[in-house]
Order: sequence, then C-alpha cells, then structure tokens
Amino acid sequence: MRFLDQPPRFLFFTGKGGVGKTSIACTSAVQLATEGKRVLLVSTDPASNVGQVLGQVIGNRITPIPSVPNLSALEIDPQAAAQAYRDRIVGPVRGVLPEQVVKGIEEQLSGGCTTEIATFDEFTALLTDPALTADYQHIIFDTAPTGHTIRLLQLPGAWSGFLDESQGEASCLGPLAGLEKQRTQYKAAVTALADPSRTRLILVARAQRTALREVARTHEELAAMGLSQQYLVINGVLPPGEAEIDVLAKAICEREQAVLRTIPDTLKDLPCDQVSLKPFNLVGLESLRHLLADTGFQADSNDRDLPSSPDAPGLPALVDDIAASKHGLVMLMGKGGVGKTTLAAAIAVQLAHRGLPVHLTTSDPAAHLAETLEGSFPNLSVSHINPQEETARYRQHIMDTKGAGLDDEGRALLQEELGSPCTQEIAIFQAFSRIIREADRKFVVMDTAPTGHTLLLLDATEAYHRDVTRHAGDTGLHDTTPMMQLRDPKQTKVIIATLAETTPVLEAASLQTDLRRAGIEPWAWIINNSVAAANPVSPMLRQRARNELHEIDTVASKHARRFAVVPLLREEPVGTERLLNLGKRSS
Amino acid sequence: MTTIQIFDPALCCSTGVCGVTVEQALVSFAADADWARQNGAQIERLNLAQQPLAFAENPTVKAFLERSGQEALPLILVNGEVALAGRYPNRAELARWAGITESDMPQSQGSCCSGNQCC
Repeated sequence: MRFLDQPPRFLFFTGKGGVGKTSIACTSAVQLATEGKRVLLVSTDPASNVGQVLGQVIGNRITPIPSVPNLSALEIDPQAAAQAYRDRIVGPVRGVLPEQVVKGIEEQLSGGCTTEIATFDEFTALLTDPALTADYQHIIFDTAPTGHTIRLLQLPGAWSGFLDESQGEASCLGPLAGLEKQRTQYKAAVTALADPSRTRLILVARAQRTALREVARTHEELAAMGLSQQYLVINGVLPPGEAEIDVLAKAICEREQAVLRTIPDTLKDLPCDQVSLKPFNLVGLESLRHLLADTGFQADSNDRDLPSSPDAPGLPALVDDIAASKHGLVMLMGKGGVGKTTLAAAIAVQLAHRGLPVHLTTSDPAAHLAETLEGSFPNLSVSHINPQEETARYRQHIMDTKGAGLDDEGRALLQEELGSPCTQEIAIFQAFSRIIREADRKFVVMDTAPTGHTLLLLDATEAYHRDVTRHAGDTGLHDTTPMMQLRDPKQTKVIIATLAETTPVLEAASLQTDLRRAGIEPWAWIINNSVAAANPVSPMLRQRARNELHEIDTVASKHARRFAVVPLLREEPVGTERLLNLGKRSS
Repeated sequence: MTTIQIFDPALCCSTGVCGVTVEQALVSFAADADWARQNGAQIERLNLAQQPLAFAENPTVKAFLERSGQEALPLILVNGEVALAGRYPNRAELARWAGITESDMPQSQGSCCSGNQCC
C-alpha cells in the first residue's frame, strides 16, 4: 500500500461516514505497530468504533492495546469534550445568575459548533504539544467525516487570520471566544498540517461517482489551504471474480470499474491504492490483519440464512402516505452520499405520477439527475438552488438593505461579518424559505435542508427577534416563520435518508437528536442502496447483506417511526422511468 | 478615559447577521460602535452566551438580570453606571458618553433609527 510507504509522523484518514476509514486507520496502525513503530491511534469520529474494532475499551485517554505491542489508542469523544467546554463556561455562573439565564446560555452552547470546536481543541494539543506525544513515532487520526474535517482543518487557518485582524470584537465564530487565548497553538497546528514532512492526508472513498466527486472537492479545498501531501484510497472495490456468479455483482462491478476509469482529473495525480471488498466483518484483530492483504481469509463458513428479502416496506407505500395530505413540504435530510437527491427525485416523480402538483428543488451542485427531469413530466416543476450564487445574492441583499444607512467603515465591517462561515447556511435557508411557502398549495420536495444545528441557531436568533419585535410593540406579524412550518407535522414531513451501515445509521440518529432538540420530529427514515433488499447471490454481497440486517433492525426498532428500504439497483436510477419504479418490488 | 460596556443578550454574533432576518438595530450598532472606537472611545461588548462570568461578577449587571431578566438586555454601563437598558445606543449617545465632539461627527449617519424595527 502506497499510503503506508515511508509514512510521516501524522497520518490523517478522511472521508465520509461508512467508507471504512476506521477500519483502514486501525489496520494501518496495527501494521505500523507490527513493524515495530510506536503508534498512537486517535479517533475524533463522533461515531467512533475503534474500541469495537480493536476489541478493547478505550475512551478519552491514551490506552495501550495489550494485544498489539507498540500500539496505543485514544478516542476523543466529541460529546464529552463539548460538555466539558460548556461546564467551563457555564459552571462558574451556575447558582450565581438566575436559572433562566443559565439555561439560555447552555442552549446557545448546545450546537454542533461547540462540539466541533471543543473536539478541535483536544485535537490541536496532539499536534502541537510535544510532551503529549513524545512517546510515539506515528500518530494516526481517524478523523470525522469530510464536511466536519474540512471545517476542522480549515478553522485554524481562518481563526489565526481572523484573530489577527479583528479587534477583539465578538463575531460569528461564536464559541471561539472561549478559546481565543490559544491562538499560537492554532497557528502551530496549521503549520504542522501543512508540512508534508510531518503530515500525510489519506482520502478514503468508495468507487462511486458522487463519492469521488466529493473527495475531489475535499482534496481541492484542503490542498488550497496548504495540505499538499495527499493520498487516495478506494475502499471496498468488488473483485471482478464475483461478477461471474451474480447479476447484481456484475452490474456493481461494471459500474465501479467505469467509475475507476473516469476518476476526476484533480484526483488522477494522487498516489492511489485500491482495497477490495472483503467477505468478512472488519471487527477484531485477525480480520484487520487481512484487510490490506489479498490473502485467502475465508468468510464465516456458516452462511446463515439470509431472508430472500427483508420484510420491510418499500418506497411506494411511503409515497402513498405522503400523497394522502395533498400538499406540503417533504425534506430529505442526511449526510452527503446517501442518495438524498435520487430519493427526492423519486418521491417527486411518484407524487406527480399520482396527478399531484409537485415542485422538486435541489441544492446538489451536480444536479444532473434532477435537471434531466425538467419539463419531462406533467405536474412536476424542478428548480435548483446554487449555494454559491445564493450566498452572493444574500450578502448583496443584506449590504443593500441593512447596510444602506451605514458609512463606508460600517459597511466594511458588515461585509467582513457576512464573510463568516454561517452566512452560506443562512443564505441557503433563505432560498428555501422562499420556496417552502409554496407548500400550502402543492408538494415541495427538497433534497437537502439546513442541519439541526443551523436550525437551532436560527431558532435562537428568531426567538430573540420575536422578543425584540414584541418589545417594540409590534403585533404578531411573525406568527408563521419557516421554523414553525418545519415544526408542524401537518405541513412538513422530514425524511432521514441513510445507508444500512453502522456509521451512517449512527450519524442519522444524531441528526434526528439534533432535529428533535429543534422541535422537529422526523416523519420517516429511508434506508437507501440496501444490498439485503436486492437478493444477492454472490457470497461477498451476501455477507454485506447479512451485516445490513442488523442495521435495518436497529433503524426499525430504535429510531424510525416509519421507514422504507430501497434496494441497491443494477442501473443508476436516472430518468423518469427508473425513478418511477424506484423501490417497487421487482415483479 | 470613559469606558462603555455593552452587555449583550445571548447572541450568536454581534452584528446579528446570523439571524433569519438580520436585525437592523444590531447591524447599525455594530457600525456605530466601530465608529466610536475609531474616534477613541473605549467600548467593550460582552455576550451573555460567551462571557457569562462578566455578567455574574458585575453586581450592577447581576442585579439587573435578577430584576428584569435577560429579555431586558442589552444593558449599557458607562464607567460602571447604568446609562441605558433595553435598546442599543445611537451614535449621538455614544459620542456624548465618550466625549467625541461635534467636529468629529460626520453628517447625520443613519444610525439606530434608520431601520423599521428598533427604537
């Protein structure tokens, strides 16, 4: 494996949930340790299962792994880190300030922002404090998923820059205030990250078009901020041999090989490794040792009965329920790559097919799928929200209205504040709010939505805004805000999309928790691309299908009020015909 | 030297650009505060969500919070004494507290009341 060839001190594995980062990071750590290197494995993944993989309870302190000499591991628990951070800020005033006030502060500090920053804080020390890591030759970070990682890694740069320029004015960086004292540490962290002799970044992806496109974006963004030494690992590639015995395996195999032949240009120059799909579960040391080697490690020989098709409802039943309300807002939420755009398009097409008026809107930057539908189906209109354009338009709008009465310096200050990271989310939310008003006349189906965290922030500000207007003697003009619309189950159905794999399900569950905190109860879950629902024959796919059953069961019994399972398809669901049939039982 | 302290409610950011609707009062005040600083005023802004200890340690602010609640913020102290509460000061008020003279003031800048939802 090239990515383990002459590794520098810091190795970062990044990629979205479910691509197998944890397994590859663990395997790398085990391999380097076996070679006699002293290795520290650090997980900052909110859904860390390093402990499970290594068969050893780890937790938030450096723990030696007895079964692997030279290896120690550490799990940074983002929730615990955030709690500690909250305690640091709120603790001293608890019992001193009125209880209501303390509650309000805690609410402000309950967003994902705080979690990320607190996690980052611990992570920074590992990069910059020699005393902490002197015992190790290699430190391997199994980082949080892509979006997270980008922010995590970009923030130190943005912060160092920001802290130098601003004059101590509290700004949109929110909870940053509590960390301002450590700016030298951030600078050192950035330097370490951007130094190829110290840091190697390993992008992990599956052989899927959208996944590789996302990885290409990550690559460009991180390269732009100086992380130049990057490697690519394509994980879980189906061995061509499987294609001979299974039509689905054949289709997957052909699709994957086609994707591998057309890797995005920006990724072509990166040193690249392929890791093939394994017919066993990557839990426990023995299986880890076989991940990177193409040895004949055998599948669990007892091919337990796999139900011919899991007894789970399909998409059409879900669409029937949606159709019953005649109009309303349908939002697909979930991490990138779980197929939100496809599912949104399928739901829209299936609703329109029932003769109901539908507006499908997507913010997918590569919205080919939705675009091909434009004008192709009666009752269906399609629009596209471009995040960059929306952000630019929103900034301009604020400058033109709220900034109109300001002098040049005031405008410059406002312009600077509008450059903050949250502006884009707000701008997109604004674009959404324009469209969701249509939902009282027709169906509006969206392939994405602000995160629970953003909604919470928006809501806090909105609540404040309502207070202000109330104080100003304004009479209830603001009684139907977008937030209220989202909270009303009669008007809005939030559908969480996920895959039947451990990390994606955990991520979806934490999204649901966020939404609930924001007063939004998800209406249903859709498990997309299920191998189990596709009746595979190939032993490898059957192993994957078996692994899925547990996850499907978890969703059904623990998380979802109602759910549907959509099978992995032989052909990509592009075009009205295939979208119309998506999720239907094969006849 | 006059010290002006602004005790903000729990805000995400001091200009209010994070809001669903951007609060004109906050945008204007951020600009006014910046202007006053440029003219030598010493202005400190404290956000309840970020620096609660500063609220708790100041007896005046603490008593204010106990009496009127966080809804009554912002509270403005000038040299430690209550100067204003429940709204943000405008440019003229800042100028008076900080002793910025007429000649320093540009012609009537749209400050607080240019919006439609404040004062």
